[in-house]
Amino acid sequence: MNRLDKNQIAARVARDIPEGAYVNLGIGLPTLVADHLPRGREVILHSENGILGVGPRPAAGSEDEDLINAGKEPVTLLAGGAYFHHADSFAMIRGRHLDYAILGAFQVSVSGDIANWHTGTPDSIPAVGGAMDLAVGAKKVLVMMEHLTKKGESKIVERCTYPLTGARCVDRIYTDLAVIDVKPDGLHVVETVEGLSFEELQRLTGVPLKRMLTAA
Amino acid sequence: MIDKTVASPEAALADVRDGATIMIGGFGNAGMPAALIDALIAQGARNLTIVNNNAGNGDTGLAALIKAKRVRRILCSFPRQADSWHFDALYRAGELELELVPQGTLAERIRAAGAGIGAFYTPTAHGTRLAEGKETRRIGDRDHVLEYPIHADYALIKADRADRWGNLVYRKSARNFGPIMATAAKCTVVQVRDIVELGSLDPEAVVTPGIFVKRVVKH
Repeated sequence: MNRLDKNQIAARVARDIPEGAYVNLGIGLPTLVADHLPRGREVILHSENGILGVGPRPAAGSEDEDLINAGKEPVTLLAGGAYFHHADSFAMIRGRHLDYAILGAFQVSVSGDIANWHTGTPDSIPAVGGAMDLAVGAKKVLVMMEHLTKKGESKIVERCTYPLTGARCVDRIYTDLAVIDVKPDGLHVVETVEGLSFEELQRLTGVPLKRMLTAA
Repeated sequence: MIDKTVASPEAALADVRDGATIMIGGFGNAGMPAALIDALIAQGARNLTIVNNNAGNGDTGLAALIKAKRVRRILCSFPRQADSWHFDALYRAGELELELVPQGTLAERIRAAGAGIGAFYTPTAHGTRLAEGKETRRIGDRDHVLEYPIHADYALIKADRADRWGNLVYRKSARNFGPIMATAAKCTVVQVRDIVELGSLDPEAVVTPGIFVKRVVKH
């Protein structure tokens, strides 16, 4: 089968982000989506530390320590961009003003629960940041992740075993194997990668999937 | 004549007592008032409760305050970072108490304190372990968690420019927690790059009006 690499997953997500959307890209894998938005399509990126209109990484030597994204990496501001304080930034998130939050995840459940902030091991130091606000606040929550763990277990599960970030909030899952919608009646496979049948995806996933008419 | 300017960071923090609750602005190093934190370390107050988004990076600023064992308790959203070693060591040794708060809830609890709000319901964290033990309520078709304001004795923040009345403008994403922390503390102390003549800040562009500010230090 034609398993997607990280950039190909990001490119697949980017295809679904329409002109005019306000989007928050989570730390890690989702930040790659910015590189795959087509030139000329105006998508406004939000960073929870207080930026709308986040632009690309600056050229080496012109970084500004006062202009960073939520991952604390140097960024630039697009023409038309704006700065604001943290309460306003999370009003945008929690107040349902963002069209999309794109999040990484350890696990997503059949009912759309997401676990992405804590492995739950007793000696790990917990850190949550804005993940819980994004999970409940964005109009659409898109998850980007590998379909399987390194051990080959499905990250799409009946119930999350890691501590939850948010309950019943994921709308769509993009993996290296498939695009899957989370709906009230279960998981609907929108498409599979080339060379992967629905039956094989079902076997790897381990929770019941429904076949959509448009499946590859 | 009103003049909120103070000669030095040390003078601005001379009255901090042991056990104080101190908000410190900044998101990572952007907006962190490093000169004020250095003065707080030199000042010597102990047993502090610190409110910040993080728990220190590297060996300077908040990380140095933690390393100096001045902090008893920290409220933050994202302590664990690649370079949060001073926090990690003391937390694992049980010498530092952590209250982990989702970032938006942290911001809103600070805002609520500054705005005189008694408590508020938020959908964030409902159904997660960060809401365990908290009052919940279904409002409309969503479950919410009751959250209380965070008040502080001091807010130490960084801005770009101030005038002698304490009006502030910030710089880029270094604004982050500054404007809300300024409202939530009994005594807000601001480190600024420059102090300008009264009347020279555009009143349409002032982000923090001087009513929220007690002391201004140029550094």
